[in-house]
Amino acid sequence: MTTTSPQLEAPRSRSRSRTSFEMYSWIFMRMSGLLLVVLVLGHLLIMNVLDGGVQRVNWGFVAGRWASPFWRTWDLMQLWLAELHGTNGLRTVINDYAVRDSTRFWLKMLLYTSAFLVLVLGTLVIFTFDPNMK
Amino acid sequence: MSKAPAGTLYRGREGMWSWVAHRVTGVLVFFFLFAHVLDTALVRVSPDTYDKVISTYKTPIVNLLEFGLIAAVLYHALNGLRIMAIDFWEKGPRYQKQMTYAVLTLWFVLMAGAAYPVLATSFRKAFGS
Repeated sequence: MTTTSPQLEAPRSRSRSRTSFEMYSWIFMRMSGLLLVVLVLGHLLIMNVLDGGVQRVNWGFVAGRWASPFWRTWDLMQLWLAELHGTNGLRTVINDYAVRDSTRFWLKMLLYTSAFLVLVLGTLVIFTFDPNMK
Repeated sequence: MSKAPAGTLYRGREGMWSWVAHRVTGVLVFFFLFAHVLDTALVRVSPDTYDKVISTYKTPIVNLLEFGLIAAVLYHALNGLRIMAIDFWEKGPRYQKQMTYAVLTLWFVLMAGAAYPVLATSFRKAFGS
């Protein structure tokens, strides 16, 4: 009995692009990751651990925090870095596991659409929040 | 006596499993972020609407999920630092395994420290005074 090696499909061709997008994406994951360690762990410590955690969070608590430009800036940076870092991570996951070209394409369109909506909505909320709203 | 061929499934070691956990926690946190931006957006609708939705976060079961979220974020953050050390520190690749155990130890210690402050109120609510 002879054994033959399995027929493997040829690897997907390399991107025709000549730019170094993937290299910048690799660097971005590390730089944003480093900032997010501080921003997100700080956010979790304040919102979820210290002083009663989520039990004491309500509208007035948010209004108090967002009275300060410091926390608005913190949250804005956190929103953009986390959403872009997460979107780029999901892009990698989709590229790895979605086999058919059309599946990959549509999953990524769904991903980019959701990222766009989250960024626009989150940014609008941070900039237009009114602490005197009743 | 039959001799079965060695399996071909790569079951990995510390390096592979920390990579798997990094992916899984990353995807989970990304989905939570989507929900979290939506719930926070309710501060623009009305104080009542926001408070009503946030009150679901204070129930014991969701509080337990919150503890799981903290666990996922903390692992992803610590392992992310390990990845950066492997990439940018000249001795990083040589110590990647030791760093995996350092990540797990630190993660466990910090989670143990967070357990009481995060879960105490729910514990009292669920099991009486």
